[in-house]
Amino acid sequence: MNTLFLEIAVVVLGILLLMVEAYSARPRKSHIAWIGAAGLFGVLLLSFLPQHSPAPGSATAAFITSDILSVFFVRFTLAATIVFLVTVPSFAPVLGRYLPAEREGAGIAEFAILPVFVCAGLMWMVSAVDFIMIFVSLELATITLYILATYLRQNTASLESGTKFLILGALSTGFIVYGISWLFGTTGTTSLLALPSAVSALPETSRMPLLFGIGMILVALSFKISAFPFQFWVPDVYQGAPTPVTSYLSVASKAAGFVVLIRLLQALWDIPAVSHQIHTVVTLLAVLTLIFGNFAAIPQTNMKRLLGYSSIAHAGYLLMAVASLGSRMAVPAIGFYLAGYLAMTMLSFVVLQVVSEATGGEEISRFNGLGRRSPLLAGAMLLAAASLAGIPFTAGFIGKLLVFEVALKQGHYGLVVLGCVTVAAGFYYYFKVIRAMYWQQPAEETPIAPPLAVRFLIAVLGAAILAFGIYPAPILAALK
Amino acid sequence: MSLLLILTIVLPLLASLLIMAGADPRRTSLGAATVNLAASLVLFLGYDRVTGGWQFVSEWKILPKLGINMTLGADGLTLVMILLATLVTVSALWVAPKVEKYNGLYHVSLLFISAGVIGAFASLDVLFLYSFHELALIPTFLMIGIWGSGDRQAAAWKATIYLGLGSFILLIGLIALYLSIPSGHRTLDLRQLDQLAAAGILQPSALIYLLLLVGFGSLVSLFPFHSWAPGAYACAPAPAAMLHAGVLKKFGLYGLIRIALPLFPEAMQGLNGLLLLLVIGNILYIGYVTVSQKRLDWTIGYSSVMHMGYIFLGLASMNAIGVSGAAILMFAHGLSVAAAFALCGEIRRRTGTLEYSELGGLAKVAPVLGLLFGFAAMASVGLPGFANFAGELLVFFGATAAGPLMIIPVVVGVWGVVISAIYMLRAYRNIFWGPIAQRWETVTDIGSGAKWSVILLLAPLMIAGFYPQFILRMVDASLSR
Repeated sequence: MNTLFLEIAVVVLGILLLMVEAYSARPRKSHIAWIGAAGLFGVLLLSFLPQHSPAPGSATAAFITSDILSVFFVRFTLAATIVFLVTVPSFAPVLGRYLPAEREGAGIAEFAILPVFVCAGLMWMVSAVDFIMIFVSLELATITLYILATYLRQNTASLESGTKFLILGALSTGFIVYGISWLFGTTGTTSLLALPSAVSALPETSRMPLLFGIGMILVALSFKISAFPFQFWVPDVYQGAPTPVTSYLSVASKAAGFVVLIRLLQALWDIPAVSHQIHTVVTLLAVLTLIFGNFAAIPQTNMKRLLGYSSIAHAGYLLMAVASLGSRMAVPAIGFYLAGYLAMTMLSFVVLQVVSEATGGEEISRFNGLGRRSPLLAGAMLLAAASLAGIPFTAGFIGKLLVFEVALKQGHYGLVVLGCVTVAAGFYYYFKVIRAMYWQQPAEETPIAPPLAVRFLIAVLGAAILAFGIYPAPILAALK
Repeated sequence: MSLLLILTIVLPLLASLLIMAGADPRRTSLGAATVNLAASLVLFLGYDRVTGGWQFVSEWKILPKLGINMTLGADGLTLVMILLATLVTVSALWVAPKVEKYNGLYHVSLLFISAGVIGAFASLDVLFLYSFHELALIPTFLMIGIWGSGDRQAAAWKATIYLGLGSFILLIGLIALYLSIPSGHRTLDLRQLDQLAAAGILQPSALIYLLLLVGFGSLVSLFPFHSWAPGAYACAPAPAAMLHAGVLKKFGLYGLIRIALPLFPEAMQGLNGLLLLLVIGNILYIGYVTVSQKRLDWTIGYSSVMHMGYIFLGLASMNAIGVSGAAILMFAHGLSVAAAFALCGEIRRRTGTLEYSELGGLAKVAPVLGLLFGFAAMASVGLPGFANFAGELLVFFGATAAGPLMIIPVVVGVWGVVISAIYMLRAYRNIFWGPIAQRWETVTDIGSGAKWSVILLLAPLMIAGFYPQFILRMVDASLSR
């Protein structure tokens, strides 16, 4: 089976869903989300069939690869999108509240169909080996995400979120295009495969323009992965966007950004002309992101902002591994970390979504006494927080273990010491949520009953956190 | 038999699941703990001392390429520690009251601490030794925060941050140890690590030892990383303090015996001066701090920090006598501090206060409580007849034999015994003797459940006190390797 088939299947699925939506007579369109999720699950199963890389020299091979990294992250993206679609039906009441009500249930279908296209974009992005392809797929994903972020168009917070995201996203697009053109100008290629030899052959005089181009691209990618100092859009956009979109943004879109970053840096890692500067910049990014993400998270009182800062913090740990790309284990460590990150982040957002719907707010204080109101939700959040903090027998622990291991192996002792301190900070802000759920008195005692789909997601994601944490070998095997 | 060892870890977790599913918390947890106690006794008696070494081994591959497997097994020392853990678990669950808030979670938390610590002791793989210990972190946070007394929130935060940071320092040390092994030999299996060290392939640096010492040290409340401990124990509900101070804290010492002693003899020798300085801090400085306490819970909390100094002294002597003394003392201190915290909880439940200035004469109305407290206090001081005495004596012998310089900490240690006599006897006098205030005249004596749970702790203390061989020969069988 050819690589492109999976992406094409996802696009076809999206178009089919649009048709179903247009011709369906049902007033509530929740079933679109179920069909979409089932379709994507089918594609996910297809991805386990043996795949052929495009024949070397063919037109496809210049743009798309089907290596271990891309296969893993194609599945990753599909999984994240499926989780998104499964949460859509339980998010319908919020959509109903903030969308102009021409008819009941309007807008649910599009909210479930747009992510399918984002998914296709991200799948292309993680397989792309040419900057043109990277750029096009990035835009497909990002422009659709602008729409999703601003989806609740009668909610000012969502509008603000979407606007900020649009402006800063456009800015970062500008950076990446500008960087690509400098890179093309100096090396004469946009292909990541041809980049190492092209850069090695460059005369000394072209070094500065080349570094400038790489720098611009790194700035744009730092936006995508929310690395300091290009993280400032994160808290605001995360807070205002609809919760499933926030969750998706912080997982799928960030992971794709990391894949592109890995591909770019791997191409340039060992080339003497640029390697020193690149290593320094990446290490610096890791240091700053770790410090900022973790310490700025401490005073947060809003759960969504907290998770936003937490996603910056996790970008910091991931950058620790990126700064150690010289190690063979770095890419598996990043992949594993992101897989665990998917489960724990999406699980906490799912719980947040239900809690904010039941209590009418997203502050951490809304979680007060959740242990009594819904032991299931509180237990799920406890597990997610434990994993985010890095307690053993959870995915988050093994992820941090692998990251710290590669960083130590590459001699980044300072980074590891810093990582230790920030982990302690992380204990504080994640345990703040646990404190709210169990130490504090609930504002009211009425039990919260999560919908069936949410229970299903809690079971699946919770099981994933524990399974990855106790038996990580299968995930790591998929990355080697 | 190896299944029985696995059972001791799985059973508490299974009982937690049942409680979460709606089973009666008290009956389920006590049932599981009692079966566990029986299982650990069977293992203890079934250990083949003649063969020695690791027995009841079972292994699962987790990350075979990295040399990480989940390996469980036990030797004499392990079994002594597991026996301690199961004894204290039964006792802690027995004295656990029925709480109003989250009764199920209360028992689940205790069971998780118990499973974590048993798992840590039974792990042959260093990564799992570490991981199992961390299982207790969140339950401790919940126990102190939800059901604690006094300034419980601050205490819970402080303990969690300290323990979290300490254990990550430890983790870094363990990763560094792992990476210091030439690739191809890399493993975290204690048995293979020993072999590598014996063959001279593993030559870890003093820095790694320092990381482990600080990491394990913060978990054991080694001076000056101790400040989380007294407050956490004073504020924690009695069963949590019993398990934490009695058993969980011993994990750090156990780790040092298992990892630092066999693998880093040179680094330990080189940095022994530093360790001895900290030991003196533990015994002398914390000893005087303990004397100045005005409440029973804080006195016991600080005293449990102080007594860690003796165990460290035994480790620092680095000879068989000192280390077996340390092992006996770990067992003895675990039981005596658990008994003290259990009685402390009983007094608090009856009077609502633990201030020395408000209490007095309770022995008139609660003679059995007073008698048991007297026993616990004497054990803690190290009166002959209790295992604490045997342990301290061996530690002093071992330390004196280790070198002329070691005489200083030994003298400090002997003086420390006097200090502990001062504060324990003062506590005993202030609470149980003297004139009784009128408002305490209606105080009832200890109930039979709590009485037997304390006797369960004190009896083995006396058995091991009169017949230390019962522990010693188990420990010797494993240390002689």
